[in-house]
Formats: sequence, structure tokens, C-alpha cells
Amino acid sequence: MSGLLLENVRIAIGARPLFPPLSLHVPRGEVATLMGPSGCGKSSLLAFLCGTLDPALSAAGRVSLDGAPLDGLPPERRRVGILFQDDLLFPHLSVGGNLGFGLPPGLSRAERRARIEAALAEAELPGFAERDPATLSGGQRARVALMRALLAEPRALLLDEPFGRLDAALRARFRAFVLGHAAARGLPVLLVTHDPADAAGRVVHLAPDAEPVMP
Amino acid sequence: MTRALPALLAFGVVAVPVAAGLLGTLLPAFGVLPAIGADGPSLDPWRRLFAEPGLPRATLLSLATGLGATVLSLLLVALFCAAAHGTRGVARAQALAAPILATPHAALAIGVLFLIAPSGLLLRLVSPWATGLDAPPDVATVNDAWGLALLLGLVVKETPYLLLMTLAALNQIPATRLVAVATSLGQPKPVAWLKVVFPLLYRQIRLPVLAVLAYSVGTVDVALILGPTTPPTLAPLLLRWATSPDLSLLLPASAGALLLLGVALTAIGAWLAAERAVAPLGRAWAASGLGTGAGALRAGATLLPFLLLLACAALVALVLWSVAGPWRFPDALPDRVQADTWTSQAAALATPAANSLSAALLATGLALALAVAALEARARHGAAALPWLLALTPLPLLLPQASFLLGLQTALLTLGLEGGLPAVVLVHLVFVLPYVLLSLSGPYAALDPRLPRVAACLGASPLRVFLAVKLPVLARPLLAVAAVGIAVSIAQYLATLLAGGGRFATLTTEAVTLAAGGDRRVLGVFAVAQAAIPLLAFGAALLLPALLWRDRAALRA
Repeated sequence: MSGLLLENVRIAIGARPLFPPLSLHVPRGEVATLMGPSGCGKSSLLAFLCGTLDPALSAAGRVSLDGAPLDGLPPERRRVGILFQDDLLFPHLSVGGNLGFGLPPGLSRAERRARIEAALAEAELPGFAERDPATLSGGQRARVALMRALLAEPRALLLDEPFGRLDAALRARFRAFVLGHAAARGLPVLLVTHDPADAAGRVVHLAPDAEPVMP
Repeated sequence: MTRALPALLAFGVVAVPVAAGLLGTLLPAFGVLPAIGADGPSLDPWRRLFAEPGLPRATLLSLATGLGATVLSLLLVALFCAAAHGTRGVARAQALAAPILATPHAALAIGVLFLIAPSGLLLRLVSPWATGLDAPPDVATVNDAWGLALLLGLVVKETPYLLLMTLAALNQIPATRLVAVATSLGQPKPVAWLKVVFPLLYRQIRLPVLAVLAYSVGTVDVALILGPTTPPTLAPLLLRWATSPDLSLLLPASAGALLLLGVALTAIGAWLAAERAVAPLGRAWAASGLGTGAGALRAGATLLPFLLLLACAALVALVLWSVAGPWRFPDALPDRVQADTWTSQAAALATPAANSLSAALLATGLALALAVAALEARARHGAAALPWLLALTPLPLLLPQASFLLGLQTALLTLGLEGGLPAVVLVHLVFVLPYVLLSLSGPYAALDPRLPRVAACLGASPLRVFLAVKLPVLARPLLAVAAVGIAVSIAQYLATLLAGGGRFATLTTEAVTLAAGGDRRVLGVFAVAQAAIPLLAFGAALLLPALLWRDRAALRA
């Protein structure tokens, strides 16, 4: 089955599950939104999908991407891109260095540069390759973070409340920018948020199973 | 198992020598040291120890100077921070304290000696116009029988340390808001600080305070330079026996090392009991309504800047003597400055300097590698990496050094390891690694865990995440911690002397030996050279990130 498939996924702290077993299919080019209060395990679910779950938590269930199981693969071989609320650009690298970080190995210098320049043009930031990320505005940094994730050629995109830090005007534009780029590449997108205004596509409410977990 | 390996290694590097040292102290203390033909068990070492006429006084002096130095240092820091809260004085004091922290104990103690000796700089500055003296007075202002010069030397060195630890801990407390609330209720600012900030702060600096106490009770180098001589404090008395050609004196020295351990644990116990006694009084005072005494607190707060200036003057005195030409009492300055002492001592400096540097670089490099591996394992594997074991690693800082170093000497002797660079580096690690771990764990924990996660999701292997993301982002704290490691290693006197079997000369062992002699110019040269290495290391740790990250605003700040 193409796209992102979750079957009976459970995450627990010790013996206590964070949410009821979750099954979900996000076909290629479509978006699903997981809604829930903070502490219900949304971010932990995304960490589990990336392969970076906190060792204090345990998880069960099956996840596959375009028919291939992800279970047991290390994060760097899953090709699952993720965007957070903060842009998390690497502070020691230039804008171009950040964009080039996830490019596939074996590209020629010219090819690397061409892909970075093309990504900068798409992000409406031509000529920004040598800039220090700290000198960019919040909206510019957010666009660089998206292009960085896309240049790594992911097969799915996870969004962990990625619009929360932006002001209202920027927010709608960046949301359209992210979803547009993901759709153009036919990526399955899983968005988690607590804000109904961010939601897109099919909406699933992730209710806490037991008592709410304090953050 | 492999997940726990880094923590086990770090713990072992510190705990194994300490355990071996304590065992090597315990057995000879009861007459068992086959290497010198003592087959025990017997209580003779204790009889010999207690037959020493100066022992009760030496023991009391160690206890009193140790407790006194800790109380005074903490008091000066608390008074200053209370009165100077929210003023520019804090940043100024911090800037003055940093180079003093970097200066090894021995060099600073020699500087204090140059200041307060009867022919010292302080008396020269007021003579003869105010004192009428044209010859140094015959008064024991250093090596006094009461240990007052020793007390001053300890306070001068430990106050800047506690100040910097306090300022670092204040960043983790909402001090500004707490004081703002308390002053808005009508408390004068210094009183408000003591009532609402100090109780929270004290918990954070408890380990450094107890480390100061244990170090001060057991200090050897500062006591040899500034302390009383007949009798000395307990630790130098034991050292005198342990390094005597008469090997049978190793037995009472070991018994004495156990006594020293008991004295230090008694001091720590007394301190903890005093905490319990003072806490309810402090709570009652804090709850008693508006406080008075702000004026007295502000007056007391001037003591710390005065002490920092004294420490800086001590460093100036070191440099002055190292370049002094003819300098008669009571002239405040030498007739001329000259490089003669430096050029004549260049050959004598070379080997000790090379030994100091190689031990410091090796011990610091190993400590950094062990600490980074352990913290990296903790970040990746959580509880499986045994973080509690890592938390136990700094505990030997709460033991007086002589209590296990004397025994470690006999253990190294038995293993045939004594006397070379490897033994010195291994023993330096016991002190360098805890400070490196303590200094690095904060910055490591403060690194945003999502940064390595993002890198992994972009396809970077764990090794690439570590090398291309974590190390560069942590470059500034890593360099600062390396400077701490170098400063700790360079400062080691007893560890170097005992692990080196007296044959591994460093700038520190030479400076302390020279302090017993009379040539102040040569002493000045060695003390300046000793202090220069950690000062240069701290300078480099400040300068390199500014150069490296001149185009990266987020890492420059």
C-alpha cells in the first residue's frame, strides 16, 4: 500500500499507554491531522515514526512507508522528514550548508550547488547561500528549514506544530507553502497540532487514554 | 553493557585509584606493608602517630583553618551577592575572579607571600612614610603559629571559586523576579536577597562548598607556603613522614592519613549539622516581617571586592619579583626591571614546563574523551547508560587528597608504576575528570535534543550527527572545559609529587620547593610560569570561539 501506514501503534510510559491503539493510512499526496491537547503523546508518536523515540518510552505496532516496513530501521535510513515549531537550523552552518546537509551522497559539487540554488529560488531567497541563518527573519528561516527537509528527498513529511511560532499573516502563507510543496512532490503528510486552524485533510482526534499526562 | 561502558569507564578511572589509595592507606595504618617488611597487623603506627608532640595542635589547626576558610569564603560571597544584586558590580567581580580561579593554588599562595611577608609589598607601600620602618620588622606575618596567613591564602583562592559557582547557579533561579517581589513588599534589597534567593541558591552550590571544605582541611601546597611550621597542619606533617628516607615512617603517615580523613569527615558532618541548625533560624527570620540590617550587609559586601583586588595584587607581585633588579626594603618598586632571572632560569624551566604541559594535555584530553563519551551515552540511551554512576564520580572531591594519595603511592610502588608520566597522568585524572564532567554536563544537557534528531532525519549517521552537529555547536563549552582541565592538572602538587615518586618535576613541584628557599626572583619566575599556562588556556578558550564563529551570530553570543 502506498503512503504512510500505521497499524495498532501504541506508546506507553512504563505500563501506562499515552493514547488508544492508533491505525491510520495517509496516501501519497494527502494530509492527515492528529489533534489533541499537549501531553497526549502527539510529539512522541512523531518521534517514534522518525526512529528517535525517547528511550524512557516504549512503543508497539507496525509502521510502513510505501509498503516497506520502517520498524527497526535507524532514523537516518527511514527517509522521513520532520519540521518542528522551531526551525532548528544548524547554527554553525551557513544557509547553504544547512540546505546541503541532507543531500544524497555522491553528487558532484556543481550538482549540489545547483540543487541548493534551486531550493533557495523556490523559497524566494536567491543568493542567500552564504548567509548566517541567525541574520534571517523568522519566516525566512522557516522556509529554509522546509527546503532543507525536502532536499533530503524524504518519502513522507511529519509536521510537529510547525506554524505555532509564526504570526497570523505569515502563518497562513507558510502553511500553504509547506502543504503546496508536499503535494507537488506527492508526499504523505502527517500534521500534529492542538490548534484547529492549522488542521488540513482528514482530522483524527488523539484522546488521552488514561488521565492526562502533565508535561 | 556497551551502553553503560562509558559511565563505567569514567567512574572506574576515578573510583579505582581512590579505592586502591584508601586501601593502601588502611593496611599500612595497621602495620601491614610487606614492601618494607611490615607484616602487622599492629597498632604501632597509631602509637607512633599519637606520640608526635605537635599532633593535637596540627589536627586542630587543620580543622580550624579548613572550617574558617569555608565559612569566610561563603560569607563574603553571600554578602556581596546580596548587596550587589542587579548592579554592574557583579559583572566586574566576575571579570576579576576568572583569572584568579585559573591561577594555581601554589602560584597564588606565593603571590600572597610576596604581599604580606614582613618585607612584602603591602608593608613597602606604607614604609617608611607611615610606619617609620627602614628594615623588615621581626614579626611572623606568614607561617604564623595560628595559621592566619594560611587562612588568608585559602580564602583568597576559594572565594573567587565560590563566587563563580554562585553566579552560574543564579542563572538557574528566578533571582531577579524573587528579589523584585520581595522588595515590592518592602524588604530592603540585600535583606530580600538573603531571605528569598540564598536558600534556593545554597542547594545548588552545596557540592562546591563541601569540596572547598575538604580541600581546605587537607591542603598541602598552600600550607607549605603560608602555613605554620612547628607544628604544621596535619597534611604537611604527614607528607614530611611519607617522603622521609626512613621508610618505616610510612606507617604512622598512613595512620595520620586516616586521621586526616576522619577530621575532614568530621568537618563535613559538623557543616551538615550546622545547616540543619541554621535552616529553621533562617526560615523564622525570613518569616519575621520586614528585615533590618541592610546597612551592615552593604558594608560587609565591600570585603569581597577588596579580597579580589588583593588577589590581583598578589599576581602583580609575582610578575614584579620575576623581573626585579635590585629591590631594597622599603622601596615600593625595584630600582629597574630586567629579564636576567628569566634568561638565567630558562634551562631550569624547560623540563618542568614540558612535564607540566604534557601531563596537563594528556590528562585533559583523556578526561574530555571520557566525559564526552559518558554524556553522549547518557543523551542517547538514558537510564541504560547508568547516569547515577556518573553522578557519583565527583564524590572523591569531598575527600582530603592526602587520605588516598599517600596510600596510592604505596599501591603504585607495589605495582611498579610509580615515577613516570603515565602514573602522574592517571592520578591527575582523578581530579581533572570530576571537574570536566561537572563543567560539561550542563552545556551537554542544554543542547536542544531536537537538533540531533533533525540531523538524523536528514539522513546523518550517529557518527556524523556527533561530529558535524554536536561537536561544532558545543565547541565553545568544550574549549572552556578543556581550559578548566588544564588548570586543574597544572595546580596538582601532592598528586604530582606522590605519583611521580619525587622524580617528576613540574612547575608546581618546583615552585613549592623553591618557596622554602630565599630567592624571590627565581620563585617569582617559576610561579609566573606556573600561572601562565592555565591563564593562556583560558584566554585561548575565550578567543578561539570568537575567531571560529566570527560569521555565526547565534554561537558568538
